[in-house]
Amino acid sequence: MARRSTSAVVSTQERKPTPSKGRQVVSTSGVAAARPGLWSEGKRHLLDLDEMSRTEIEEILRNADGMKEVLSRNVRKTPALRGKTIITLFFENSTRTRVSFEQAGKVLGADVINVTASSSSVSKGESLLNTIRTLESMQIDVLVMRHPHSGAPYFVANHIDAAVINAGDGTHAHPTQALLDLFTIESHLGSIAGKKVAIVGDILYSRVARSNLWGLKTMGADVTVFGPPTLMPPELRDQPDIAKVAGSMEEAVDQADVVMMLRIQKERQSAGHLPSMREYSTRFGLNAKRLKLARPGALVMHPGPMNEGIEISPDVAHGAQAVIEDQVANGVAVRMAVLYTLAARSSVGR
Amino acid sequence: MPEETEQREILDANEIRRALTRVAHQILERNHGVEGLSLVGIHSGGIPIARRLAAAIEAVEGTFIPVGALDPRLYRDDLRSAAAQPVQPTEIDFDVEGRPVVLVDDVLATGRTIRAAMDALIDFGRPSSIQLAVLLDRGHRELPIRADYVGKNVPTASDEQIKVLLQEEDGRDSVVLIRGVERKQANGSA
Repeated sequence: MARRSTSAVVSTQERKPTPSKGRQVVSTSGVAAARPGLWSEGKRHLLDLDEMSRTEIEEILRNADGMKEVLSRNVRKTPALRGKTIITLFFENSTRTRVSFEQAGKVLGADVINVTASSSSVSKGESLLNTIRTLESMQIDVLVMRHPHSGAPYFVANHIDAAVINAGDGTHAHPTQALLDLFTIESHLGSIAGKKVAIVGDILYSRVARSNLWGLKTMGADVTVFGPPTLMPPELRDQPDIAKVAGSMEEAVDQADVVMMLRIQKERQSAGHLPSMREYSTRFGLNAKRLKLARPGALVMHPGPMNEGIEISPDVAHGAQAVIEDQVANGVAVRMAVLYTLAARSSVGR
Repeated sequence: MPEETEQREILDANEIRRALTRVAHQILERNHGVEGLSLVGIHSGGIPIARRLAAAIEAVEGTFIPVGALDPRLYRDDLRSAAAQPVQPTEIDFDVEGRPVVLVDDVLATGRTIRAAMDALIDFGRPSSIQLAVLLDRGHRELPIRADYVGKNVPTASDEQIKVLLQEEDGRDSVVLIRGVERKQANGSA
């Protein structure tokens, strides 16, 4: 079940980026091998983007267009998922992702029940499997799950009839964040294919970076990564078909259409992965001067929460090129699209 | 499985034009003019027809008629088949509150799409009335719904499918009846 706790290093080696070979991930784990792939007949979970084809990603993005319009209405409520039950089960703290899923489910008319580990029987020592079985016996349709252990949602998907959506597992994946990033890029730049995207920061431990790498690759973007050498998966250097590894911030940002900054996880500093915050900011931070190296009108993105003044300067974070608030708003539309698609696919009666 | 399919044109370009011109006049007559009137086309077949009706009404009255587009997919009662196509953004950028609205679709069959469209429309406000205009009524109703304006009534068998080709989408205007199609497919548009 701690399928990939040493995730970063292992997983990028294991996985070739060819979307059609997404099953490779699964087969190496031995856990989820019996699961059919995602969107094809029988696909019913969203665990990571390496399992999704370009067509499947585009289907989500097109639905998100329609969902975004629903969110702009005076009456933000539709009966599409009326009678469906969605449980959000979060073993880690989160504001935006959980609220975003909750709002998405409610706008579609589903009943959404939020369970956090600290207020559930998990705190009494219940095992993950027993927690899942208890929830499943309540006839749920979709389980949205965040867990500190990489691979946990794959384990759960093997033991449950409901559709499982990975809302972040350890350092492994955060597929809905990557989908909302793709949607945001597409809605601002018209397309993703051929765009130069720089991802800067803690690539090694970032599930946002990892899912974005698969998604951007599948959609045909040209990705460059940059970050402290201690936070860069070493094998990425040998895989230029996934991403180029830049040698400096200037090189990473140069002529970029999108600059995606990652949150620096301050707890990594104590593990010796990071220099001082001041040095980090100097070498790896995005400021107005560096942003000028990017294409005019380049998008500045950040999955949040931001450490302003460390990985991103406040003037850039709130500047004209920042689409960080759009990302949050788009997150609801994209999660509506994901919930709708998965619930429709697992729907038997209606 | 159908053994073979047979196609027959039931409306040509001129007949479509005449039918829509007549419907435009009927809408004007029934509403005593265009005061507050708007048209809302149902995705996707109803949208070009709504635009043509609006153009025909404007030609007679010389007054602008707002036209909206509505995707009732999220209001349908068959989630699984509804989700086979992506949800399109609904565009109703005018006020429908207290005003007459004419819903427009290409083919009326079961009435389920119209039921969903009425629910969707009411989320945008409370129209003084909702009327329904369709190019074709093919029967097979499953709900107590009828059209106020019908271009042509086309009684069909359940193994027949109606295909509406329009200049805007298909490069020509024609309505074709296709025989030997399974009910499941024939039922697609409603």
